[in-house]
Amino acid sequence: MDSFTQRRRRDLILAGFLAAIAACVPFFVKDVYVQNIMVLTLMYAALSQAWNILSGYCGQISLGHALYFGLGAYTTALLFTKFGVLPWFGMLAGGAISSVIALALGYPTFRLRGHYFVIATIVIAEIGFLLFHNWDYAGAALGIDIPVRGDSWAKFQFTRSKLPFYYFALVFCCVAWLITWWLEDSKWGFWWRAVKDNPDAAESLGVVVFNSKMGAAAVSAFLTAIGGAFYAQFVSYIDPESVMTFQFSLLMALPAVLGGIGTLWGPVLGAVILIPMTELTRSFIGGSGRGVDLILYGAVIVLISLARPDGLIGLFSRRPASKGVPQ
Amino acid sequence: MGLLYGLLAVGLALIFGLMDVTNFAHGEFLMLAMYLTFFLFMFWAVDPLLSIPIVAAGMFVFGAVIYLIIIRFAMRAKANIGMVQIFATFGLAILMRGLAQFFFTPDYRSIPASMLGGKTISVFGVFLPVPQLVGALISIAAFGALYFFMKKTDFGRALEATREDAGAVALVGIDKNKVFALGWGLGSALIGLAGGVMAIFFYIYPDVGASFALIAYVTVALGGFGSVFGAFAGGIIVGLVEATTAMILPPSLKSVGIYAVYLLVVFIRPRGLFGSI
Repeated sequence: MDSFTQRRRRDLILAGFLAAIAACVPFFVKDVYVQNIMVLTLMYAALSQAWNILSGYCGQISLGHALYFGLGAYTTALLFTKFGVLPWFGMLAGGAISSVIALALGYPTFRLRGHYFVIATIVIAEIGFLLFHNWDYAGAALGIDIPVRGDSWAKFQFTRSKLPFYYFALVFCCVAWLITWWLEDSKWGFWWRAVKDNPDAAESLGVVVFNSKMGAAAVSAFLTAIGGAFYAQFVSYIDPESVMTFQFSLLMALPAVLGGIGTLWGPVLGAVILIPMTELTRSFIGGSGRGVDLILYGAVIVLISLARPDGLIGLFSRRPASKGVPQ
Repeated sequence: MGLLYGLLAVGLALIFGLMDVTNFAHGEFLMLAMYLTFFLFMFWAVDPLLSIPIVAAGMFVFGAVIYLIIIRFAMRAKANIGMVQIFATFGLAILMRGLAQFFFTPDYRSIPASMLGGKTISVFGVFLPVPQLVGALISIAAFGALYFFMKKTDFGRALEATREDAGAVALVGIDKNKVFALGWGLGSALIGLAGGVMAIFFYIYPDVGASFALIAYVTVALGGFGSVFGAFAGGIIVGLVEATTAMILPPSLKSVGIYAVYLLVVFIRPRGLFGSI
């Protein structure tokens, strides 16, 4: 049995190695369709990592993360189209707004437990969706078309090639991973696991349960909003249907669930398997419009969640997930 | 007539609250029940009202089978049990929607006419559409029967006991799987009732369940998990709130009222109105 510190060092080396490989992949893969899938895969890996911080490590299962994603996307898009603010600032503004909202919502909701909490997150995100759906300034149901103002890093728009988006998504994914890696060994990380395992016991040992949930929510919402801002620039068109629905909240959670909740590598592994599968079934089989892609997709989710409740990451490690912490 | 809608949501959501299992596919169960009603009408010209018992029986079998082949394994998970349930049933929902698209095509369908369709009667000067009224009566009857069932029969008590402590009931010789399978069958049969009634006045298409699923879920939680009466009360409240909101806000925002009321209730009382867990 290697120690926690050794495992963390090994994780970091592995991550650097994988990131280097990922950075080289576009030199060999020129197909735009495949590149598109790779961008989405990295984006979902990062989003799922963000979700994992609150729901996996801290155990507060949120199925309303589409709200933060949508806030990030809308803040960036609105600031850019209405005021000409560069997406980079819009991205940070979106992250800040999402964090503040997550804290404001956390204040009442973190008192709820179990199903009551999960439903509250769904319902809050749904209210957000309905409000944006009816908000004329933000394009209501039609959404916002982000005008093309030329290819540049400053404006974060690239029409000729997907590569800049790919590299941004890669950096985003690495940052999300690093933040999780760093938090795992911080005071917060230990608090979160304690809160997840047994909130009452944690409280009695001096963990400020409420504050640690709030911290997890703020970090998680910030990262999710960055993803939203990125997505808005990537597809250059957003509407409430595409960024704020409940399905979307589930899509963010799925990679982490399939890969392994509350683990560093779970969301990455889950996204690498799930996102290409989703995209490929949709485009190769879904074209018939008869739902075969849904049948396959649904069946795979059922099978994996039943066969590997710990997540697929369990296949790679003899140690059960989330128990690698020394006394 | 928001009241009726609330009553229907009860039939849809009752057992899931009682059994403490998250079922994200219950909207799809409703969809299936509506299609069953539709096909009974199309192929054998069975009036929706008469087909309700048949649909309920069919759904009973379907629910029990789903429990035995999927949910049983989901509940056996040692880690992340809540998440496994959520995603197993969510996968099931996608699967069912896909199957419905495949076999029934994505077209919108409706039942053109039934014995009741389009008729209204006047009660104290208020005109009420007959299908809705019948639906309300069926819901009340179903609620009454279920309440009696849960409180007075051995099976009802066994179900309640099994939810509370599956390990202990095994010691007194109750087969957990049998009880839960029957519970799922019963819950699905209630969805069958709701679906049979709703097929009369809603369009039927593969995604129809999604629009009712969240509201049904909120209904159960509003009343409080583990309480039959709570689910019934939650249903009535949801119906009333929806009708009231529809008068004040634009139609597309009518659900906001329901969600807001849910949040308000659980912030004040974190286990729902009549919840025991």
